[in-house]
Amino acid sequence: MLFATVFVACAVEAVEALTIVLAVGTSRHWGSALQGTGAALVALAATVGALGPAIGLIPLGALRLVVGGLLLVFGLQWLRKAVLRASGHKELHDEEARYARQVAAAEAAGTGGRGVVRDWYAFTLSFKGVFLEGLEVAFIVVTFGTNQHDVPVAVLGAAAAVAVVAGVGVAVRAPLAKVPENTMKFAVGTMLTAFGLFWSTEGTGADWPGGDVAVLVIVPAVAALAAGCAALLRRDNTTGAAG
Amino acid sequence: MRRLRAFGAFWYDFVVGDDWRIALGVVLALGATAALVAAGVNAWWLPPAAVVALLALSLHRAVRR
Repeated sequence: MLFATVFVACAVEAVEALTIVLAVGTSRHWGSALQGTGAALVALAATVGALGPAIGLIPLGALRLVVGGLLLVFGLQWLRKAVLRASGHKELHDEEARYARQVAAAEAAGTGGRGVVRDWYAFTLSFKGVFLEGLEVAFIVVTFGTNQHDVPVAVLGAAAAVAVVAGVGVAVRAPLAKVPENTMKFAVGTMLTAFGLFWSTEGTGADWPGGDVAVLVIVPAVAALAAGCAALLRRDNTTGAAG
Repeated sequence: MRRLRAFGAFWYDFVVGDDWRIALGVVLALGATAALVAAGVNAWWLPPAAVVALLALSLHRAVRR
């Protein structure tokens, strides 16, 4: 479950980062876009290297409360967006449209380089895209890995997701429009909310009935809650449109 | 100053996201749970109830806009 959760969460973020790098590389300068990607990966590694061991020093109860609370906030935000998209109240995340917008903005921007970077705009845009999406990946890997006492499996899940998305991206040289991003966001939002709820409640000192087995009830319960909300809002939307 | 503001805005967006009420609600619910536990009540039921309420209220506000 740990591998699958981290894999899907990281795949969603990797698709978003890939869209930005592809748009910048295609419309501006591949070398600078890849330099920006590389610099972002180094900055990410340094951030995780600095923060990862520090997280291990925090007592487990406090860690579960803080990290579980953060995961709960993230998860609820993801679920909120996924439900709004699934019910037609928010546009579906269209990677092709996003790609087109990025290309238009990149083509309109001025040119110029700094030092070994030939196109500064391409460099900074790639850096920002990869670093921001990567930071979410790093947070998920560190928190899930630490809480489940299995950081290597979490790292493996993240690395596999990034490798698969990057591999497919390089092979097709196009935004991954066919990835069912909203469905994946729905699944990730459910997992983040469920695990965040489980860990943060334990962090407060409360005991779940059934102990660790409770998570097996929480995950489907959160999924049912989100699916129910989406169905209700979809019905309201259809009734509103018809009325 | 502009960079500091951008740094703050980035972390606000990263942690809090689109609806700050969700973050505030989670903090209040966990605080109340911890207080109840300290008073001897095993309030495991409070965070799940808060999740249901927070998601429903946030969605309700979003579609009414």
